Amino acid sequence: MAIFVNEHTKVIVQGLTGGQGKYHGLRNQAYGTQVVGGVTPGKGGTDVAIPEGGSIPVFNTVAEAVAATGATASFIAVPPKAASAAILEAAAAGIGFIVCITEGIPAQDEAKVFNTLLREYPNTRLLGPNCPGIISPGKCNIGITAGEIAQVPTASGPNVGIVSRSGTLTYQALYELKQRGIGVSTCVGIGGDPVPGTNFIDCLREFQNDPETHAIIMIGEIGGSAEEEAAEFIKANVTKPMSAYIAGVTAPEGKKMGHAGAITSGGKGTAQGKMDALRAAGVKVGLNPTEAGDLMAQIVATL
Amino acid sequence: MDLFEYQGKQYFARFDIPVSPGDVAYTVDEAVAAAEAAGYPVVVKAQVQVGGRGKAGGIKLADNADEVRLHAGNIIGMDIKGHLVKRVWVEHASDIEKEYYASYSLDRAAKKHLLMLSAQGGVEIEAVAETDPDAIVMLHIDPVDGLPLAIARDAAVRAKIDAEAVDGVADMLVKLYRCFTEGDCDLAEINPLILRPDGGVHALDAKVSLDNNAAFRHPEWDEFRATEELDEREQMARTHDLQYIGLDGTVGIIANGAGLAMSTLDVVNQVGGSAANFLDIGGGANADMMAAALGVINFDENVKSIFINIFGGITRGEEVAKGIVEALGRVELRAPIVIRLDGTNAEEGRAILANAGIPESTLISKPTMLEAARAAVAIANGTN
Repeated sequence: MAIFVNEHTKVIVQGLTGGQGKYHGLRNQAYGTQVVGGVTPGKGGTDVAIPEGGSIPVFNTVAEAVAATGATASFIAVPPKAASAAILEAAAAGIGFIVCITEGIPAQDEAKVFNTLLREYPNTRLLGPNCPGIISPGKCNIGITAGEIAQVPTASGPNVGIVSRSGTLTYQALYELKQRGIGVSTCVGIGGDPVPGTNFIDCLREFQNDPETHAIIMIGEIGGSAEEEAAEFIKANVTKPMSAYIAGVTAPEGKKMGHAGAITSGGKGTAQGKMDALRAAGVKVGLNPTEAGDLMAQIVATL
Repeated sequence: MDLFEYQGKQYFARFDIPVSPGDVAYTVDEAVAAAEAAGYPVVVKAQVQVGGRGKAGGIKLADNADEVRLHAGNIIGMDIKGHLVKRVWVEHASDIEKEYYASYSLDRAAKKHLLMLSAQGGVEIEAVAETDPDAIVMLHIDPVDGLPLAIARDAAVRAKIDAEAVDGVADMLVKLYRCFTEGDCDLAEINPLILRPDGGVHALDAKVSLDNNAAFRHPEWDEFRATEELDEREQMARTHDLQYIGLDGTVGIIANGAGLAMSTLDVVNQVGGSAANFLDIGGGANADMMAAALGVINFDENVKSIFINIFGGITRGEEVAKGIVEALGRVELRAPIVIRLDGTNAEEGRAILANAGIPESTLISKPTMLEAARAAVAIANGTN
C-alpha cells in the first residue's frame, strides 16, 4: 500500500518535450514509474527517446493520451502561463491525480482552478502547484524528488509517511529517515503556494487509513493556517504517532520568504503558533529538521 | 509588491474607482503645482509604506500655497518609523460625511475571495474586529462566480451602509473586485471609503499589494517596480534573479530551497547567532549562481561569516562544490565560509572542496546543519 500513487499508476507528462518535463519525466521513468506518454500540443505522433532504450509516445491532447494509454495520473511541467489550462485539460480528460510542479502561477489563477476542480471535477485530486511531487519509494515517483534518497518501505514496517510544504526540507526528511534505515510508505510534497490543491489534512487522512504507514512526519512553514487546521484534524482523527518541524521561526513579519505562501502578517501564521497547536494535538515537534528526524527515530523504536 | 498610496490610487483609477484629484510631488515646488491643479483646500500626505502617518505629522491640511510650502517642506525628508519620506501626494481635500471600510483578499483557509465591508471606516479594521466584530460583513466569493452587483448591494445593506450611499458603495465594490481579480492584487483595501455631503462615494486611501507571480501579464507594473523600497543588497540580488531578503544579523546565508533557507535562519538563531539575510539560490546551484550569491552576501558590511547550506536532491553535490571553487576565484570574500553539503553526491562534492587547496581560514566543511551553524556563529560572534 501507499497513498495516492503505487506501482500500478500510469502517468503521462504534460510538457514531456520541454526541458523540465523531459529531464524529470525520464528520471521518473528510470526510477520505475510507469510513464506511458507525454502531451505537447502540435507534437503528437512524435516520441521521446529513453536513454536506456525504447521511447515514450507524445500526444497532442490529454484526452488522446488517456484514450491510447489508459493513464490515470498526470505530471504537469509547463510554464506558469500555461499551467492553469493544463490542469483543467487533464481534469476534463478524466485524469484522477494531477501533480503540478510549476512555480510562479498567479494566485488568482490558482484560486480559480482550485474552485473549478472542486465544482466540476470532484474526483480529480491536484497536488501542487509549486510542489516537488510525490514518491512511494520502490513503486512510483512523480515529480522532482531524487528517488535514491528515499528508503523503500519494508513489508513488516514500521514505515513512515511524510507530508511537507517545502521541497528541500522534504528531501532532508527523506534523508534523515534513510540514514536511520527507516522505510517511507509515501512522501508527499504539497507545495508552498497559497492555494494548494492538496493540503495537510488530505494527506493525514490517507496516511491514517494506509495500513503500510505506521507513523507520520509533517513539515510545515510560516504563513496561512494550514498547520493549525491540521492540528485540529490530528487531535480528532489521527491515532498514528507523529513528529513535526515548522520552518521560519526567525522570519521577519510581512516578508514573503521565497515561497509565495510563506508570509506572516498581523501576528498570524507564525511558526510559534503552529508549533504550539501541533504540540497541543500530541505531535512531537523538533526545532530543526534533524531533531524532527531524531524524534521520529525514537517513535519508530517503540513501534 | 506593496504600492504606495498614490500608486494605489493610480491603479484604482484604471478600474474607474473614483479617487480625489491629486498628484505626486518630490519637491516643494511640485507640491505647490499639484495643489494649484487639484484646487484648495488640499491634503499633503507623506508617501511611506507604514501605518501611523497622521500621528507622525505626515498628513497636513493646507488652504493656500504658503501652507503647502510649509507642510511639504516639513514632510519631505521626514523619518516615519524608519521610513524616509521621498515624496508626498497632494490631493483636493474632501468633505466627509461618513467613513466606511472595504477590502478584498484571498482567504487561504476557505480558498475563496473574501470581501470585508464595514460602516465603521477610518480606523484600523483590526480594532473594529476586536471591539465590534458584528460591524464587519465578511462575504466569501467563489472566484468562478465572481461578484454580481446584486450580491454587492446586499452586502452593503447588511453592513449598515447609509441608505443614500448603498448604490454608490455597491458599484464601488464591483469595481474594486475587478481591480482585485483582473488587477492581480493580493490585497485591495480602501480605508476610508467616504460618503460626501453631495451623496457621492470615493476612495480616500488606497492599500494595494500586487502578486509578483502575475507580473508577466502586467507590463504597467514596471513603473511601480522602479520605486520599490529595496536596500542596495536587495537591488543587487534582484538583478541576479536571487530570492533575497536583507536582515540585520552577521551570518550570511546561502541555501538551496526556500524551506531550507528559512530553516537555516532558524538554526543559526537557535545556536545564538543572527542571520544577515535570507537567500535561496534555487534548484540549479551552478557556478554562476553561486558566484552571484556570494557577491551579494559580500556586499553586506555586517557579514562576519558565510553559511552555505546545501542539500542535494536534484542539485548535485559536486556541481555545488565546483561552483564554490570557481566563485572563490572570481570574488574576494570579506568573511570565511562554513559549508554543509549533504544529499546527492555530497561526498564527491566534499572531496572537490578538500582537494581545491582552499585554506581553512577561507572555507570550513561541516557534516551536519547544526555543526555548521555552530561554526558559522562562533566565527561571527568572535568566540571560535
